[in-house]
Amino acid sequence: MNTRTIPIRPESRKSAAFEYISTRKDELIGWARKFSLFPYPFVTACCGMEFMSVSSTPYDTDRFGAALPRFTPRQSDLLMVVGTVTHKQAPVLLKVWEQMCEPKWVLAFGVCATSGGFYNNYATVQGIDRILPVDVYVPGCPPRPEMVIDGIMKLQEKIAGQQHLIVNDRF
Amino acid sequence: MGALFDRICEALAPKIGESSVAHGVLVLRIAPQALLDVVTRLKEDFRFDLFADVTAIDWLGQEPRFEVVWHFYSTMHRQRVRIKARVGEAEPAVDSLIGMYGSAHFMERECHEMYGIVFAGNPDLRPILLYEGFQGHPLRKDYPKEREQPLVPYRAGYEMPGGE
Repeated sequence: MNTRTIPIRPESRKSAAFEYISTRKDELIGWARKFSLFPYPFVTACCGMEFMSVSSTPYDTDRFGAALPRFTPRQSDLLMVVGTVTHKQAPVLLKVWEQMCEPKWVLAFGVCATSGGFYNNYATVQGIDRILPVDVYVPGCPPRPEMVIDGIMKLQEKIAGQQHLIVNDRF
Repeated sequence: MGALFDRICEALAPKIGESSVAHGVLVLRIAPQALLDVVTRLKEDFRFDLFADVTAIDWLGQEPRFEVVWHFYSTMHRQRVRIKARVGEAEPAVDSLIGMYGSAHFMERECHEMYGIVFAGNPDLRPILLYEGFQGHPLRKDYPKEREQPLVPYRAGYEMPGGE
């Protein structure tokens, strides 16, 4: 349960020319990746209704290439944790995250996933960042669809500006 | 409604302490030892065929400390009965109702994990909402309000909540 996935390490980047070219490659890959987010919805609570709203026609996250939920973590690269996570669920959430292949990102959807929200008791994890790394926090109880879309766009910016680990001197 | 409640009180008179009607529900206060007798009579003579709930109240500072509360419903009479019994902290035990009502299995498990009430005769009092290894009973008044017992080690930078 406590094992962590081993991230893929980039091979050493040697020359300045390579640095320049690989930066452009990073941009290319970032551009491709930011429009093909396959979310895995880990929906536990009432935020799920807002998740349905944001993924259906009026708000339409398909515009960002982030609409097609994959119901297996192995096919997805964005873990959307939607709702309250209890201590009993925490091992399950961690296992789902560990089953996802690199590259992967996590979006904390709603104030409960972000910080525990107004639950501060024996049952609730006070924010999922205690158990796994989170890229984007979307607060709100539940967040407006506009906020979720803003969160996805923030994540896209982050992906576009990231160094991508598959870039090496053979690619 | 009144007539049925009067008949119940009359029939069970030696077994029950106080009785009253609150919000249309007959409330019977009994000694824990009388539970099985009272419930048997309610079920067989007065057709209280639905076991709706068992829970407990923690009167911290009073003795006996806990009050166990059962709710029954009669689908024939469409009436409800509430039974209350006080048990002490040293031995918070009452009889199990699994012999009469199958639904008692799960409800007694929940009451056991949340309040620590022991239901004598229920062979399976494993946690049902909580997890194995959880220490204490979270709905008791003396359980620290913010005490957490994580199952997953926290990431670097976050302090793991300690024990009591």
